[in-house]
Amino acid sequence: FTKSKFDAATLDELEDLLIQADLGVDAAMRISQEVGRQRHERGLDEDGVRKVVAAEVEKSLAGVAKPLEIDASKKPFVILMAGVNGSGKTTTIGKLAQKFSAEGKKVMLAAGDTFRAAAVEQLNVWAQRTNVPIVTKEIGADASGLAYEAVETAKAAGVDILLIDTAGRLQNRTELMQELEKITRVIKKVDAEAPHAALLVLDATVGQNALSQVELFQKTAGITGLVMTKLDGTARGGILVAVAEKFALPIHFIGVGEGVGDLEPFIAADFSRALVGLD
Amino acid sequence: MFETLQERLSGVLDKLRGRGSLSEADVSEAMREVRRALLEADVALDVVRDFIARVSEQAVGATVVKSVTPGQMVVKIVHDELVNTLGADNQPVSLAAAAPVPILMVGLQGSGKTTTTAKLAKRLQDREKKKVLMASLDTRRPAAMEQLAVLGTQVGVQTLPIVTGQSAVQIAQRALQAAKLGGYDVVMLDTAGRTTVDDELMAEAVEVKKVSNPHEVLLVADALTGQDAVTTARAFDKALGITGLALTRVDGDGRGGAALSMRAVTGKPIKLIGVGEKMDALEDFDPQRIAGRILGM
Ligand SMILES: Nc1nc2c(ncn2[C@@H]2O[C@H](COP(=O)(O)OP(=O)(O)OP(=O)(O)O)[C@@H](O)[C@H]2O)c(=O)[nH]1
Ligand SMILES: Nc1nc2c(ncn2[C@@H]2O[C@H](COP(=O)(O)OP(=O)(O)OP(=O)(O)O)[C@@H](O)[C@H]2O)c(=O)[nH]1
Ligand SMILES: [K+]
Ligand SMILES: [Mg+2]
Ligand SMILES: [Mg+2]
Repeated sequence: FTKSKFDAATLDELEDLLIQADLGVDAAMRISQEVGRQRHERGLDEDGVRKVVAAEVEKSLAGVAKPLEIDASKKPFVILMAGVNGSGKTTTIGKLAQKFSAEGKKVMLAAGDTFRAAAVEQLNVWAQRTNVPIVTKEIGADASGLAYEAVETAKAAGVDILLIDTAGRLQNRTELMQELEKITRVIKKVDAEAPHAALLVLDATVGQNALSQVELFQKTAGITGLVMTKLDGTARGGILVAVAEKFALPIHFIGVGEGVGDLEPFIAADFSRALVGLD
Repeated sequence: MFETLQERLSGVLDKLRGRGSLSEADVSEAMREVRRALLEADVALDVVRDFIARVSEQAVGATVVKSVTPGQMVVKIVHDELVNTLGADNQPVSLAAAAPVPILMVGLQGSGKTTTTAKLAKRLQDREKKKVLMASLDTRRPAAMEQLAVLGTQVGVQTLPIVTGQSAVQIAQRALQAAKLGGYDVVMLDTAGRTTVDDELMAEAVEVKKVSNPHEVLLVADALTGQDAVTTARAFDKALGITGLALTRVDGDGRGGAALSMRAVTGKPIKLIGVGEKMDALEDFDPQRIAGRILGM
């Protein structure tokens, strides 16, 4: 930032900064204009400007930063993980298993990706790593059948939290989305209120397409909350601002690495500061 | 969305219909719409800027002919420049080196490296009758090696036997050795996903490159990538000197601006596109198609 007061050039630079963080044109424009409308001290240095922008971004996100509430009266509390290919569903399940176990909850995993090569083995490693039981079927098996069995098994075993993995699917693939819809439908046959949470896992490197992902997964799988992964890389994940403004879905967690402990609660202030390059 | 750009451009330009040539003011107004369209398609901001500068130069002073509207004319200039930037001709994966030809696959986590490795191996084997060996150097992700082994079985391509406890570099050396001894034409090295700010893993990739001396270093990247495309492509290219790109998940409904961004900042050709999870869902890059998609055609 070459100029220290909020003149047109500074606002353009702000807008650029936000666009480069994947907010999209509309959200970036709205926020930079909002910042421009506010009366700020003249002579803010670059850091000062960034702080003002971070505060504005935070306003959009504060309302959706919500922890994932586990209703202990639901036994098992069923969590379904969904998302496009490679977004981080299976890894996030491993991290969640660790977190819930550490909180003293009895956790079970269900290897609902019966499609991708070695998807079952991958979740199996996470089950061993976190020392929790897992329900599996062979590759090629019907995913909804597996989910059904898993909910029944978890119920019988007195499990507190059941985490169900699903195969990655692009939201424009109708037949795959129908399969996901079927998984939720079949789960309801065991427990009409399940899944109690359906989490959409978004990859921070994805740009504007995340909007379409949220829209279509919400429509089919009744998404109740979001997780954003891969924030340990160079992507800032600013699309969450546009997502928050459009869908107002809770954002629960962020993934910041591949390790079992690399899951953090979504904190609007921290995310916003990182987004504008503070810290 | 193509319609939208054309409509938007009509809004700002069609008053010019039949009036000589495009002035600088006309063009700059039109370019605001083009800029927005490109950003909405996830083309990276820096790339958009350069692109707009080039297109503007071509558009200013262009004569408005009677048969098309000024809007159509600008869209055509934009489209042609998109195709140009993306690389007008398709450049296939090269095998022009002494056998076994090493091909190194790199990229961010989850971008599609393992899947693309197996798809490409299948293609080289089926179409070019090459004897291919695949090896997973991914010592980190759970079941990554098993994944490649399963895919190898599916497509009927050999994978290097899994030996636990070896480093990525050691596996690369073992793969090259096995490929030489086994009389393979091509040896494909699948690597673990890595962020470009992970210095340790980036250094590992550099080391792997050093010992394997790959003829192709393909950056496998997600077509749905947003503005980060430039940072990622630049960093991988700088560290490893990539020879080309493989763009995955082109079967999605993303606008694919990352293709333009990555091509523009690295100057390296997009050699392959992934259009599905199945092993035959790999196609040659077609700049016309991606240009059309970026413009929402
Ligand atoms: N750097 C980083 N990598 C991550 C994070 N979360 C997941 N990954 C990596 O991303 C890759 C894909 O993760 P998976 O958990 O397999 O993703 P998925 O959504 O289950 O993938 P599919 O089942 O194939 O659709 C793996 O290499 C993970 O280790 C994260 O927060 N940061
Ligand atoms: N729809 C679609 N899915 C793809 C494509 N290419 C890969 N995938 C899927 O994307 C997910 C990740 O692919 P992988 O090949 O495991 O990715 P990777 O880069 O090896 O992942 P890591 O090794 O964990 O970094 C899997 O679910 C693949 O099936 C593609 O072109 N289209
Ligand atoms: K990605
Ligand atoms: Mg998975
Ligand atoms: Mg892999």
